[in-house]
Amino acid sequence: MVNTKVTLSGLTLDNPVIPASGTFGYGYEFAELYDINILGSFSFKGTTKEPRFGNPTPRIAECPSGMINSVGLQNPGIDKVISEELPKLRKCFHKPVIANISGFSVDEYAYCCERIDKEEQVGIIEVNVSCPNVHHGGMSFGTSPEAAAEVTRAVKAVTTKPVYIKLSPNVTDIVSIAKACEDAGADGISLINTMMGMRIDLKTKRPVIANKMGGFSGKAIFPIAVRMVYQVAEAVKVPVIGMGGVSSAEDVIEMMLAGATAVQVGAANLVEPFACKNIIEDLPRVMERYGITDLNDIIGGARK
Amino acid sequence: MKQSIYTIKINQHLTDQVLKMVLAGDTSAITAPGQFINIKLDGFFLRRPISVCDYDEKTITILYKIVGKGTEYLSTLPAGKTLDILTGLGNGYDTAKSGQKPLLIGGGVGVPPMYRLAKDLLAEGKKPSVILGFNTKEEAFYIEEFKALGIPVHVATADGSLGTKGFVTDVVKTMENYTYFYTCGPEPMLKALSDVTVTSGQLSFEERMGCGFGACMGCSCETKYGTKRICKDGPVLEKEEIKW
Repeated sequence: MVNTKVTLSGLTLDNPVIPASGTFGYGYEFAELYDINILGSFSFKGTTKEPRFGNPTPRIAECPSGMINSVGLQNPGIDKVISEELPKLRKCFHKPVIANISGFSVDEYAYCCERIDKEEQVGIIEVNVSCPNVHHGGMSFGTSPEAAAEVTRAVKAVTTKPVYIKLSPNVTDIVSIAKACEDAGADGISLINTMMGMRIDLKTKRPVIANKMGGFSGKAIFPIAVRMVYQVAEAVKVPVIGMGGVSSAEDVIEMMLAGATAVQVGAANLVEPFACKNIIEDLPRVMERYGITDLNDIIGGARK
Repeated sequence: MKQSIYTIKINQHLTDQVLKMVLAGDTSAITAPGQFINIKLDGFFLRRPISVCDYDEKTITILYKIVGKGTEYLSTLPAGKTLDILTGLGNGYDTAKSGQKPLLIGGGVGVPPMYRLAKDLLAEGKKPSVILGFNTKEEAFYIEEFKALGIPVHVATADGSLGTKGFVTDVVKTMENYTYFYTCGPEPMLKALSDVTVTSGQLSFEERMGCGFGACMGCSCETKYGTKRICKDGPVLEKEEIKW
């Protein structure tokens, strides 16, 4: 028997596997495919104060070992998420969920986090200061230590649940931003969001994505994510949720060796709808193959 | 939706750029004409969504056009090769609204889903007519297959090399007493049809997709009834709800 249980800020997960925000909706599409209660948790679709349609289409582009998306935080807004999506989600998922929140001002982040903090099913609030697909917001808060800290402080002041700040890799020094969030009271750090990327269609000679650029994700960014998780986990004392290109149980273990306490799976869900189920089922066997009896023993193991 | 492994039985050119592929495997997830499948291809990250032309208990037939590297690779695959495919995607056409004499209009690679739709309408005792539009005679395909169903088949080509010279809309304008319409094709054609048709109808849209099953919001569009995902709430939308 192996132990796959991990603990994030007092919240114990059956396993470290968490579908990443934006790749799992509010859960029920996947609940039609398998019992999503096997998941450690899941991070629901990035939610903002107002409803958002998002960016014009095309929003998706193929890349080598990955994809670009420019969805732009399409969501029904915090009111409908609380009144409609969460009751639906509650029927198919019985564990604490990670509430992913985005905003266009510090006040908006605080408003949404204060609202979602009161929802019983929310276990962790994941504050997205790293969406590359919206202007004047999202990522702009995640590219400066001061702005990220300001959002963290504002959210912490109005919430009781653990607050994890989700960081952007599109920065020169992610460690300084992670430390600023920790100093401002963050209970944990999630990283990485997507890398800024672009594709151009040779036939039309125009960008494939209507918004020109978007967030690059998928297997191709895994080594970058592992490197950044390693750097951040080394620099902060709070737990780190690692993500970026994870698509196998081996990737989960590698991410944990880099310093992640839990691991999110993103783009893989979109091309392999059973990705998380397969990873969870493979995990004990892969742990045994590498002589791992307890996942907690390997967190940050590569640093030792 | 179902994920399953399929074996290629036939993969042959119908025209220079359009191929017919017959896949053997589980077809139980397909519930309506106009649905699509999403094919995983070695060496490509995103799956490739292709509309279903026809199916029975054991096989799925698709007709696809080589438009990029993914479909180019698909065109090289031999019989016997297996593919990982998601089936039963999208809403498909609702035949209940057709009336007795529905008009089916396919343009280019929008032609394939009209085939199964015509068969289903015939099975319901209705009298469909079909209009097929192509750029040239060389690019035309499946005309004989539609004729074999025993229904009226009208062809339009942009250069006049086959059938009526012009667009499918030119043929539609000459049609009388149709009770409803169903269409699939390039968006300018859909828009033009929405303008010239005198009845209600259903139009199937195309968009670049991430997942194909409603998870990523990559293919969203705004309709009069709110935001819809082309892959999950579509690809078929009703004429009255579309915001052009």
